[in-house]
Amino acid sequence: MPGLIGKKIGMTSVFGADGKNIPCTVIEAGPCIVTQVKSADVDGYEAVQLAFDDKKEKSTTKPMSGHFKKAGTTPKRKLVEFKEFEQEYKLGEVIGVDLFEENSFVDVVGISKGKGFQGVVKRHGFAGVGDATHGQHNRLRAPGSVGASSYPSRVFKGMRMAGRTGGDRVKVESLKVIKIIPESNLILVKGSVPGAKGSYLIIEK
Amino acid sequence: MDLIKVAEAAFASGVEIPKFGSGDTVSVSYKIREGNKERIQVFKGVVIQIKGEGINKRFTVRKISNNVGVERIFPFNSPFIDKVELNRQGKVRRAKLFYLRALTGKKARIKEKRV
Repeated sequence: MPGLIGKKIGMTSVFGADGKNIPCTVIEAGPCIVTQVKSADVDGYEAVQLAFDDKKEKSTTKPMSGHFKKAGTTPKRKLVEFKEFEQEYKLGEVIGVDLFEENSFVDVVGISKGKGFQGVVKRHGFAGVGDATHGQHNRLRAPGSVGASSYPSRVFKGMRMAGRTGGDRVKVESLKVIKIIPESNLILVKGSVPGAKGSYLIIEK
Repeated sequence: MDLIKVAEAAFASGVEIPKFGSGDTVSVSYKIREGNKERIQVFKGVVIQIKGEGINKRFTVRKISNNVGVERIFPFNSPFIDKVELNRQGKVRRAKLFYLRALTGKKARIKEKRV
């Protein structure tokens, strides 16, 4: 999918053309620089590697600074490969938010906020066991049975249980593009997007 | 935070709203859509609170209609606001005038601010 790398700025709400208040997320998308063009002959597949967000030269490793120098750009923090762009790009070219169109739909990929060790109700949407009242006192958010008895005498792999929650790669599909502001590289999409403010996002067309 | 303000600025309604505060009396001309027709309704009352910031800043207007207190919340950037008129500046000592809800008649009056 063609797309851009962006940064989550935060949420707000705006009035649409019909006067409805639309919740939306502000994303700073690009400008991204082409740091590598992969071709079927050399790499076995076609793709374009994009880079986003400046970082210091001193915190860049020697091999990476060589990679950026080849593309004629300053060192960047985030590198992502994209495929199937409509036009062909050359090394060092800049792609901006004008890649997207208003009122079209995009997919957004991010790393969801870490929630720590969570129980089964929050993590998997279990309903808990039993009632809150009628003498019940300690099973409200419990996972219930995890299996049968002497056969199979074990708990099956993949049984949903409590554990580390969040911090996963999450893709939200079909978010409507409300507005594009090319002067400040901003894109407003309807609804929420995974991750904390300031985290990196991949916006796919 | 700054970039959010940039994004919100692109959605400002563009209607000039006079500067007013809590205790002031304002008339809000509000567009009402009925089917395809659009008419303007005026809501006149006392501003009892101003809340929020940026594009979500909104103010609450209170009036007494048929002996019943009516309150309406208007977003400053609502596309349905035609205009806002400042009728009278009130002298009040707090930003939120919720005490007015418990008062009626002569007790609910607000002194005019001397300019």
